[in-house]
Amino acid sequence: MLAYFLKRLVMAVPVLFGLTIIVFLIMAMIPGDPATAILGAYATPENVARINEQLGLDRSLPEQYFIWLGNMLQGDFGRSYSLNRPVIDEVLERFNATLILAGASLVLCTVFGLLAGIVSAVRQFGWTDRIVTFFVLIGISMPSFWLGLLLILVFAVNLRWLPPSGMYAIYGGGGPLDLLTHLALPAFTLSVVATGVVARLTRAAMLEVLRQDYIRTARAKGLSERRVIYRHAFKAALVSVIPIIGIQAGFVLGGAVYIETVFQWPGIGRMLVQAISTRDLLLVQGGVLVVAASYVLFNLMADMAQHALDPRLKT
Amino acid sequence: MTGFMRAFKSALAGLALAGLAAAGLQPAAAQTPPNVLIVGQIAEPKSLDPHAVTAVNDFRILMNVYDGLVRYRDGTLEVEPALAESWEISDDGTVYTFTLRQGVTFHDGSPFNAEAVKFNFDRMLNEDHPQHDTGPFPLAFFFSAVEEVTVEDEYTVTFTLNEPYAPFLSNLAYPTGLIVSPAAVEEHGQDFGRQPSGTGPFKFVEWESNARVVVERNPEYWEGAPQLEAVVFRPITDANTRVAEMLAGGIDLMVEVPPDNIAQFADDPMFQVYEQAGPHVWFLILNMKEGPFQDKAVRQAVNYAINKQVLVENVLQGTAEIAAGPTPPAFAWAYNEALEPYPYDPEKAKELLAEAGYDGEEIVFYVTEGGSGMLNPVAMGTAIQADLAAVGMNVTIETYEWNTFLGEVNAGLEGKADMAEMAWMTNDPDTLPYLTLRTDAFPSEGGFNSGYYSNPEVDTILEQARRATEPEERASLYMQMQEIVHEDAPWAFIANWKQNAVATDRVQNFELQPSFFLLLKDVAKQ
Repeated sequence: MLAYFLKRLVMAVPVLFGLTIIVFLIMAMIPGDPATAILGAYATPENVARINEQLGLDRSLPEQYFIWLGNMLQGDFGRSYSLNRPVIDEVLERFNATLILAGASLVLCTVFGLLAGIVSAVRQFGWTDRIVTFFVLIGISMPSFWLGLLLILVFAVNLRWLPPSGMYAIYGGGGPLDLLTHLALPAFTLSVVATGVVARLTRAAMLEVLRQDYIRTARAKGLSERRVIYRHAFKAALVSVIPIIGIQAGFVLGGAVYIETVFQWPGIGRMLVQAISTRDLLLVQGGVLVVAASYVLFNLMADMAQHALDPRLKT
Repeated sequence: MTGFMRAFKSALAGLALAGLAAAGLQPAAAQTPPNVLIVGQIAEPKSLDPHAVTAVNDFRILMNVYDGLVRYRDGTLEVEPALAESWEISDDGTVYTFTLRQGVTFHDGSPFNAEAVKFNFDRMLNEDHPQHDTGPFPLAFFFSAVEEVTVEDEYTVTFTLNEPYAPFLSNLAYPTGLIVSPAAVEEHGQDFGRQPSGTGPFKFVEWESNARVVVERNPEYWEGAPQLEAVVFRPITDANTRVAEMLAGGIDLMVEVPPDNIAQFADDPMFQVYEQAGPHVWFLILNMKEGPFQDKAVRQAVNYAINKQVLVENVLQGTAEIAAGPTPPAFAWAYNEALEPYPYDPEKAKELLAEAGYDGEEIVFYVTEGGSGMLNPVAMGTAIQADLAAVGMNVTIETYEWNTFLGEVNAGLEGKADMAEMAWMTNDPDTLPYLTLRTDAFPSEGGFNSGYYSNPEVDTILEQARRATEPEERASLYMQMQEIVHEDAPWAFIANWKQNAVATDRVQNFELQPSFFLLLKDVAKQ
């Protein structure tokens, strides 16, 4: 188990390394440059050249890349020129915010997705199934940024129950309760699509398991229905649902880009959008690297959980 | 099975309870405290070092933390004394001697004097200065005419220019001319932008990334302490969210309100809407080097064919006024009142096109997706395309993201396009024509004359205006220039943007400035 884990970790290294090259090349290829972004209307060739020189962007591409790589391996991710602070400070601070948001949505989508999936599988074609499926399909189909705006309109502007944006109250805020009230709307919005996906797949997995012979055997033995579903069926279905949750973890990280913009959540998704539009290469590199590493890690964790649950995968 | 149903139901109930709990807590938190103004900004500031930034969004904070030697008089774009009490200009216009205000200290306690002024400009302009590496200073070229800054005595400082340069004073009033504390720069080095210190009405308290910048009252301010105890600047990049925060009571003042929302705020007695025309002009660059726009009649036809009234009223929903010429009316002292906008006259446009022998050649029109001061560029571009189609012009739109767009347009339109959208906001009537309408400002010369307009008369007038130190003389030269450019029509003159802001009814004494800066010194809040 440990050997497998380590092997997977080692395999992630070339992936991340390749990713930094791709990001670097894409940023070099897209038109526009940081100097133009900084100077705006005043971007004369002369001024652009001066800024590029000051930022070290007048060097050749490979040279720039290897300087960055060398520094990065020593733990120096460089300085963001659009934010004027070390990349690593910004990225870690932002990633922390994104983890809180994505973590909360992941919990929501797992709990509600599993519950909804099981309920509709157990009551297949019944009214509960139809109602749950109806809402699940609406959830999957609704663009999340639009849902976010609607929720802001209802709960923040009209009812004034929850704050419309930010992570903490701007004045006299702080504390877990303050965080929770700010987290409620974005976390819920971000979880909706993922909840739907988890629910649909749980339903399918449960239906398949419930048709198996051993379930009939369990029922024939006279076990209570609750025990059949929970002990026998759900555990088996979970094995195929867990990788899906792992994928959803990556999905909520990606989806956080829109949600963070709508709710002004100070996370890494919004940071990346700004970094790209200001052509802040070092910030993009640092951000993408952290997001990709965590994506790899989430999938690895899902695999581990699957290993632990599925006796067939034990070596 | 029933167990799952129970769990499902109780989870739903839990969610509802959480909602109710939040409901009980929130309304009190939505009320912002008295005498602390919370401002909704459009983005996180890049830096609080005034010499390192270029965005109006950052200037809005900086103008409250720092002072310059001079500033714009309230409600105008005319220069008046600030940290300098008075100044003299030599007859040849190359030596400016400033007498500084005495007894002023920076927020960090260090004294403001002639040495401090010299430090500020040397840091920006002199590559050998020990603190030059705290840059880059992208707008340092505003002062590229400065050859030397000399300390005459503790409170007298002289600027020697390498040639007469009349916009020098208004450049000093621009945020790039704000005076920072040398002691703080020496102490914090590259991090000065996050630990700023100036002489302004508000002192920096903290900058929490992506959440807020807080400044508090400077009780020792040389012009008297401000009313507000503190100001919190809060970045909210999404315009819809900014509006939602305003409606929910999370901010007291917001700028750059989307046109769609202005009416909603105007109808609500809880809010006050402010509007102020600024030194902004939105225009189309016409490529005079090749294609149909070589002919003046075709360029004038474009000006007649575009229904600017519809653009400013419908597309921009009243957030702009029709532009008459290249200089925005906000530069009241240099603006030619006699200039009338080209009227909307499609028949006249058709006549001019027929006269010029235009036969439906394709016109490539560069449109940007967004960008500073570009207002609603895609909708504007489409409406303009339709207006031109109505007089028989065959316009093809090519749309670019702002950064890419700037790269393409600033390099010149030759071989690429016949027409491009553009907008500028400047601080002196010299800047825009000097950088975009002179023969020596062709892109190949490092200027922004992307449409290759060349009129020797305009070139001469603009050079003369730079050398004129008497405001009246300068003004009359700019007025002449506007008449000639209006007639030559190197651009289609479209609109002058009105900046807007919305504040709650608790905010008092707030006014927008034509400079687009946000000055909060005299503002109060109940």
